[in-house]
Amino acid sequence: MTLQALVFVAAAIFGIGVYGALSQQSFVMIMMGLELMLNGTILAGGAMWALTTGGSPKGQMLVVVLMTVMAVEAAMGFALVIGVYRVRKADITEKIKRLKG
Amino acid sequence: MILNVTFWAFSALAVFSGWRVFRADSMVRAAYWLLVSFAAVGVILVLLKAEFLGLILILMMGGEMTIMAVFMVAFMMNPAGLNPMTMVHRNSVAIVAGVVSFLAIAALGVFARFPVARAPVGIDPTRRLGVELLGDSMLVFQTAGVTLLAAMIAAVAISSARGRFGAGDEGSVEPDQLVPDTGAAPERVAGMQPGGPDGPRDPSPMAAGGHT
Repeated sequence: MTLQALVFVAAAIFGIGVYGALSQQSFVMIMMGLELMLNGTILAGGAMWALTTGGSPKGQMLVVVLMTVMAVEAAMGFALVIGVYRVRKADITEKIKRLKG
Repeated sequence: MILNVTFWAFSALAVFSGWRVFRADSMVRAAYWLLVSFAAVGVILVLLKAEFLGLILILMMGGEMTIMAVFMVAFMMNPAGLNPMTMVHRNSVAIVAGVVSFLAIAALGVFARFPVARAPVGIDPTRRLGVELLGDSMLVFQTAGVTLLAAMIAAVAISSARGRFGAGDEGSVEPDQLVPDTGAAPERVAGMQPGGPDGPRDPSPMAAGGHT
């Protein structure tokens, strides 16, 4: 369980998340891609805390902040999906190519 | 030895389920694959002795992915995965971007030199995190709380059925008399005044007087 192995796994999860966030058409699937990217980031943060900080709790604080980011992203994402659906009846990105409806 | 085997098993599970998220036919299944990926990362965090963070991650994501699954059943097409479904655009560009970001971060992990300072064996990380949360990093913790509160209020404001200028599902567009219109604006404002705010107010005292 070396730092290299952990960062490798985190990079793999992050890369899959980048692929999903860029390739998916459905808004919720894009959100899933973003969450997967944050998942990889959390893993890397936890690995850095465990192996490079000597157990300083400030490393864990960073992971707590990342979890906050994830919660805010989910809340804002769901709210925007509902808002866009109300106004445009759109649930995929191709339906809102123009900003003015 | 057992630690390493467990770590690689859960790493493989995290990556595999992350990949399955974008290959599942059903969005509900995709949500639960994502939950599996988060849970595997949570187990890895527990293996790293960050028990609190790992368990919080699993709990939080269990709730969030359940909400996401319900949300998709409510909103999205084909929630049950009865038909094969791929909804992608610019697939090759996205694959290249994903592979490049993976290679870049992995290269950083392999080639960069990080300080080696493992957490000491005897400490209690959860206790130290608790003291840190309510001690030196209180401001960070409070800021995170206020940010979450602001996100909740903003989510309610954005998704409310009543938009800023009317019902949300009718578009909630700005009234056209507020659009700056060079020629017709003064005339329209002048024409509005009799039937405007003063108009409805005039009969109301009479109606109130009639009732009493």
